[in-house]
Amino acid sequence: MSEPRLRIRGLKKAFGAKQVLDGIDLDVAVGESLVVIGGSGTGKSVLLKCILGIIRPDEGSIRLDGQELVGLRGRALADARAHFGMLFQGGALFDSLPVWRNVTFALTQGKLGGGQQMHALAVEVLAKVGLEPRVADLRPSELSGGMQKRVALARAIAAGPEILFFDEPTTGLDPIRADTINALIRQQVTALGATAITITHDMASARHIADRVAMIHAGRIHWEGPVSALDDSGDPHVDQFVHGRAEGPISATVAP
Amino acid sequence: MAVADFLLRPLIALGAFALGMLAGIGRLAIFALTGVRAALTPPWYPARLLEQMGLIGWFSLPVVGLTALFTGAALAQQIYVGGQRFSAESTVPAVTVIAIVRELGPVLAGLMVAGRVSSAIAAELATMRVTEQLDAMVTLRTDPWSYLIAPRLVASTLMLPILVLVANIIGVLGGYALSVGRLGFNGAAYLATTRRYLESDDIVSSLVKAAVFGFCLALAGCYHGFRSGGGAAGVGRATTNAVVSAFILILLFNLAITVLVFGA
Repeated sequence: MSEPRLRIRGLKKAFGAKQVLDGIDLDVAVGESLVVIGGSGTGKSVLLKCILGIIRPDEGSIRLDGQELVGLRGRALADARAHFGMLFQGGALFDSLPVWRNVTFALTQGKLGGGQQMHALAVEVLAKVGLEPRVADLRPSELSGGMQKRVALARAIAAGPEILFFDEPTTGLDPIRADTINALIRQQVTALGATAITITHDMASARHIADRVAMIHAGRIHWEGPVSALDDSGDPHVDQFVHGRAEGPISATVAP
Repeated sequence: MAVADFLLRPLIALGAFALGMLAGIGRLAIFALTGVRAALTPPWYPARLLEQMGLIGWFSLPVVGLTALFTGAALAQQIYVGGQRFSAESTVPAVTVIAIVRELGPVLAGLMVAGRVSSAIAAELATMRVTEQLDAMVTLRTDPWSYLIAPRLVASTLMLPILVLVANIIGVLGGYALSVGRLGFNGAAYLATTRRYLESDDIVSSLVKAAVFGFCLALAGCYHGFRSGGGAAGVGRATTNAVVSAFILILLFNLAITVLVFGA
């Protein structure tokens, strides 16, 4: 078996007394689309932010193509981030900038050079996510939720990253728009030949996007397997989650 | 045992308060140094800087101008009334110009701009934090310190001296207008006295104060906005804390500079 693109070992992170990640071990192969499922507040977002170096883990190792990411700083960290693109849960578009500046932000890094060229490029990327050229000149606040997600997706893929992260890509969208976003994600991941990690608790989305599914529970990877095994995993935790039952081994009490 | 416990409790609380305050000052100082380093090292964003200079400087002119005008006039009236008690009405132009240039111009302009700008900076950065825009910026390989914080710190430090210069002029004019219009002073004599008593040291110290206040008020806004969390309530808290911190920093540094420059 070849070296995985991402190799996570013993990843731990606590916020105060709350141990959110308690020894995550996870491999993601080149070109694979992994979906991480798990209840709200189980640390799925924290996992992604640790990989991106936004949150510093307490312990453990994250290797990208064999290179250790934990502990990188400054220039080295910024270079490592060039491999990643991320679609944030709420879109996280910069509302002070027009859509086309948002889409090309990773390329210009906020500089104002190459206006026309960047505008043309933004229109091109927006077309990939099914948006008309006129959207490029709007402000993010003028867009609907579904359109914001598409623009955010365009921004994440504009620089052609090798690894894409999607944080709850379908949250807040109606089922039809959610399915369109799922299809776009699948299509763009394939087109870029990228490796993808998606975190979600939307099972329809998981089935649509995933090659493989991993479930986080109690700060660890509780179960992982191909998406086809999701329905007959034989694991009561996974069963409960997949079928959305209140009764089962996972207690529904919400932690404070 | 219980008595000792009872006696110790206030001391423990006092110690915790002192340590908390020192930790806060330390965090603010580290934040300030990181911000200054980002401002001094590339990448630089001249367009962001110009934008902030407009927002902080240009749009603060009306409020700063009005404050200076009214305060200058009220000050002249008070000095006149106070001076009458020992037949020193003629000191109005001299005292007005010294009070405005040394103290009221920089302090009032600083406080007014802090009310406008520190809160706006804190609210904007806190909202960006809550909506993950700051995280998004990092993943797009742009350092928020260089892109967001440095331009605000530099713009505010550069613009406040200009605003204070304007405030000083308008403040003196306010005093002049009231004195000539209402108190019967001779206009030319008033301006001549004003010029005679105004020293270049006063102006320099006024502008130094302004630059320091400008840095402080942007720092307070950036610090509370950048470090905020906890949703909409967190944004509100950041905004309030930014204004309160900016006010305290401005008044504290005003005292320090005044004692340092004029007390020696």
